[in-house]
Order: sequence, then C-alpha cells, then structure tokens
Amino acid sequence: MTTKSEQQSAGRGIRQSMSELHTWVGLLLGWVLYAMFLTGTVSYFKDELSQWARPELARLTERPDAAVVAQRIATAFDKVAPGTSQWSVRLPDDRNNSAYAFWRTASREPGQRGFAEGHFDPATGERVAARDTLGGDFFYRFHFQFHYMPVPWGRWLAGIAAMFMLVAIISGVITHKKIFVDFFTFRWGKGQRSWLDAHNMLSVFGLPFHAMITYTGLVTLMAMYMPWGGQVAIKSPAERQQLQAELSAFTQPGKPSGQKVPMASITEMVREAQQRWGHDNVGRVNVTHSGDAAARVTVTRGDSGRLSMSPQYMEFEGTTGRLLSARDEVGGAAETRGVLYALHLGRFGDGFTRWLYFLVSLAGTAMVGTGLVMWTVKRRQKLSDPARPHIGFRLVERLNIAGIAGLSIAMTAFLWGNRLLPTTLAGRANWEVDLFFIVWALALGHALLRPVRAAWVEQLGAASVLLFLLPVLNAATTQRPFWHSVAQGDWVFAGIDLMCWAFAALHLVLARRTARHHLAAPIKRRADRPGAAAIASGGAAE
Amino acid sequence: MNVVVHRFLATGPLISRIGAALFGGYALAALSTVAVLASPMSKVQAVIAGQLASFLVYAGAVIWVFAVRSAPKAWTGLIVVALPLALAAWSVS
Repeated sequence: MTTKSEQQSAGRGIRQSMSELHTWVGLLLGWVLYAMFLTGTVSYFKDELSQWARPELARLTERPDAAVVAQRIATAFDKVAPGTSQWSVRLPDDRNNSAYAFWRTASREPGQRGFAEGHFDPATGERVAARDTLGGDFFYRFHFQFHYMPVPWGRWLAGIAAMFMLVAIISGVITHKKIFVDFFTFRWGKGQRSWLDAHNMLSVFGLPFHAMITYTGLVTLMAMYMPWGGQVAIKSPAERQQLQAELSAFTQPGKPSGQKVPMASITEMVREAQQRWGHDNVGRVNVTHSGDAAARVTVTRGDSGRLSMSPQYMEFEGTTGRLLSARDEVGGAAETRGVLYALHLGRFGDGFTRWLYFLVSLAGTAMVGTGLVMWTVKRRQKLSDPARPHIGFRLVERLNIAGIAGLSIAMTAFLWGNRLLPTTLAGRANWEVDLFFIVWALALGHALLRPVRAAWVEQLGAASVLLFLLPVLNAATTQRPFWHSVAQGDWVFAGIDLMCWAFAALHLVLARRTARHHLAAPIKRRADRPGAAAIASGGAAE
Repeated sequence: MNVVVHRFLATGPLISRIGAALFGGYALAALSTVAVLASPMSKVQAVIAGQLASFLVYAGAVIWVFAVRSAPKAWTGLIVVALPLALAAWSVS
C-alpha cells in the first residue's frame, strides 16, 4: 500500500530524489555552512591575521633558533610561573613572530582546570604586552565551535553541519549526469541558468577538495562524534593513555617527587631534536614539574615537511637531559587519521600551498553561497504572486543577505574593532567578538527591513567600503602603514592590506552586478513561457 | 478528518525517511564503530579505524534512505546491514 507521493518518488528516479535531497540538505544549514566555510577559509592565514592583530609585536626578519628561544622561555618561567606543574610553548617560526605559551595555575575552583597563557618575545624571553585580542584565532575557533554557547554544543552543531555538507556533496554529484560537460558550460546573464552554471563550476572545480575538507573536518573531532567504539573497547586508564598517545603529543604531568634538582640545558635537548628532524622543524617544548627530580621535557616535531599531524616527539629527563623515549610513528589507523587531520589544516604546506588552499576554499564558500542564492532564484519564477512571496521564501531571501553579505561586514567589523577599541578596555578581546555579533545582528535587521535588492546592494557596498578603508585605518592607528610595510618587505602586513583591497573590489563588483542584474530581471520574466520555469528547474537535475 | 489522514499519509513516509536518515544512519555508523573491534586489528587502532569509517557509513546510509523507492525499503536496508554488524559487535562486548 503506497501513497501517492510514494508512487511519485518511485517514478521519478534516483536523480530527482538526489536533487531534492541536495536542495533541502543544502538549504537547512546552508548559512551555518557558509559561515564555517568563510571563517575556515581565512583561518588558513590565521597566524598572519594574529600577527596583524598585534601590531605592537615586532616583525621577525629571520626565524630564531628554537634551541636558544626554548631556553630563554624556560628561564623566564622561573619568574612567570614558578612551581607550575606544566608549561608548554609553541616556538616562533616563519609565520609566528612570538612564542606563545600556556601553563597550569593552581585552580581556584574545584573541578576547573586552571590555565594561563601569554606571548613571549623570542629575543629576550620577556613576556610581551600586546593588545588583548583573539586575532585570527577568533575566526579559527568560530569555524568549528561558534560562540556564545558551550563548546560541546558548538562542536556538535559544526559536526551536524559537516555531515549535511557531506550528504549534499554526494547527492549533488549523483544529481549531475553531465558533470564534465556542465563544468565547461557557462551562460552569462541568463538568470537562473547563470547561477546554476556558477554553482556547478565552483563545485566541480573544487570537488575533490570540498569532499576532502568536509570529511577531514569530521575527522578532526571524530572522537567526540563517535565515542562508541572507544567506550566498548577502552576500559583501563592505561588503555586510555595508549589511545591518547596515538593521537596527541600532549602529555599530562605525572607526580612530582618533591625533591628540588636544577634542570639540565633545554638548549641541548632541543639541539638533539633538531638533529633528528631538521634545524627549523621543532614545534613545541613541553615541561612538567620544572626543577623537580621528576621533571620531564617533551620536544615535539613541527608540522612542516611531513603530511601528517600524528604525534612525533622526544621525551627527556629534565634534570639530566637524558633521552627517555622517542616516538616516530603511530599505528596504521592513527597515521591515516594524522594524514587526514593534516590535510584539513594544511599546515604542512609552504606559502604556495597555503594560497592554493585559500583559493579553493574560497571557491567552496562561493559554492555554498551560490547554492543558497539559487534556491531563491529558482523559486522566484514559480511564485504565484511575485509581489507577495510566501513567508518561507522571504525568510530564505533575507537570511541569504545577512548570512552572506552581512557576514563580510561583521568579519571586517571585527578587524576594525581590533584597531579602534581602546587597549585599556576591560575584557577587550571579548568586546571585539561582541562587536562582530552586534554588527552581524544589525545586518540581519537591515536585511529584514529593506527591500531585497537594496539590502543586497547596500550590504555588499558597506562591506566593500569597510574593507577598502581598513588599510587606511591601519595606517592611521599603527606604526605600520602599507608603504612602510612594503619598504620593509613585511609581506604579512602588506599582504593583509592588499587582500583587503582585493576583497573590497570583489564586493564592489558583486554590488554593481546585483544592482544592474535585478533591474533587468523583471523585464525578462517568463510569464510568456509558462513551461520554461518548470523545464529549467527540472533541468537542474539533468 | 479525512484531510488530516491524507496529510499524514502524504508526509508520513517522508518523516519516516528523515528519521531513518538522521537516527537510523547514526545508529548504523555507531554500530559499525563497535563491530570493527571484532577485526584482528589492535584495540586502539580498531577504535580509530572505526571512527574514520563511521562518517562514510553514515553518509552512505543517508543516501540509501533517500535513493530507494519507499520508506519501508529504506528501513529494511538499514536493518539488513545492521544485523551482521550487531552480530560482530555482540561478539566483542
């Protein structure tokens, strides 16, 4: 006994049902996915954005010797956090101009793990005073855990969105019979057809990347999403530690002996690691119970020069400098996971690879964006009364404006906040983030109140102006204006200025096209060809 | 009354499919992460391998659920795959 709709679905074939699955799975969390894609895309330059966000920290003209810096930081920690059970420092490299460290503090409230963090000058080992900001880390964290909600919730939401994306990609491919022919087809200025062609081209061009990035994104948090195998198999603390060691080089501090013994040279330990992995390939130094007989020093390999993030480290006895163990490899499945993880983060690559990642990822962002816009373009032709569309249509239309153009404004506003908020402001880093959301909410309000075309044009225009003026603001508020950066060969600061202008131009082009395109659209209405819209929408499945 | 029944008959299978995709798919993926423990891999590697494969199982299940002709068939397919997995999972727990 099948119902009417069931009979229909039976007759329509797999491509039609995949097309519908693609449409609805893509729409439902489309705005979440768009935000994840765009903030994720800029996160490939997270370290550069963080440098930009702390203009007080001087540029490093050459990469400092990790062995020397590590010793400086170790000496500093005798004063910064004497008696801490653990401190860990990410050493400066080609992309980071400061040593970033975190350490355990005596936790005040029970059950709360106390951590403190800070940036250190690689030249002096002193703690540096930079403005309080999350910098590029805000976009990075937002990308997989959002904000204003408990971290696990945000990560679950990101996981569900990624799963939707994976389904959208697979169903999108099945929908496409003529995937290669369509890739080479582009029909400009043809309304829905153009949107469809743009969507196809962006999707197919980056298809392996989009599929890879979505799947590997799930892999980065898979232990949280799929804990069941582990819950059945891993019972004892020893087994848990064994599993953990396959995934991360981060070790928990053991028990201190209580016996004070001076530490051996950290420089020598890092030298040993440099001999093993290469001079510029030490990522992190981790010290537990410094100054105690039970002190341990772990030196971790950097991310470059290998296509895996699986843990590789050397463990030394802190007081003698004797090598206790060296971990060079993990099991097969763990290594696979390490490679997938590394593929997602793209940290193994040089500048060229990073730019490729950035550009293809941007195409992925545009793929989601064009998909969202296409949902409305496709349906506008079928509306019974185009002057008064139904509520669902209007909602999608407005959310698209705020979700796409509004996000550009909000992200730029975050960077403006970084330059404009007073450094003395209490909770400054949080204010920058609040500003991002306040501006985004204002953009949503604007999108709801204004006519659709005007809202698109105004928001794209506002984003363009804000982006264009950001380098001007930077020149006015810091000692590092564009011309100065170029003269100094500081391509982090100059590059961000140039990218602001490139994105300003992109938004301007989009604003102008939107302004012109929608003016022409009503004339080309398909009222004279009632069947055309149906053919066109059915044609999307072909 | 008749309208309500019709509505239900029309949307029921769709809701059933959505349930099969969201929850059935997840359950199948979760089951596979336990079933893989029955493989000769070491425990730790099997746990990781199960997690890696689970998302592909989940995605495949969702596609299956919407690709087949009817909602009952969608559920049947999930159950047919779940049975041997459950057997393997039962052998290790």
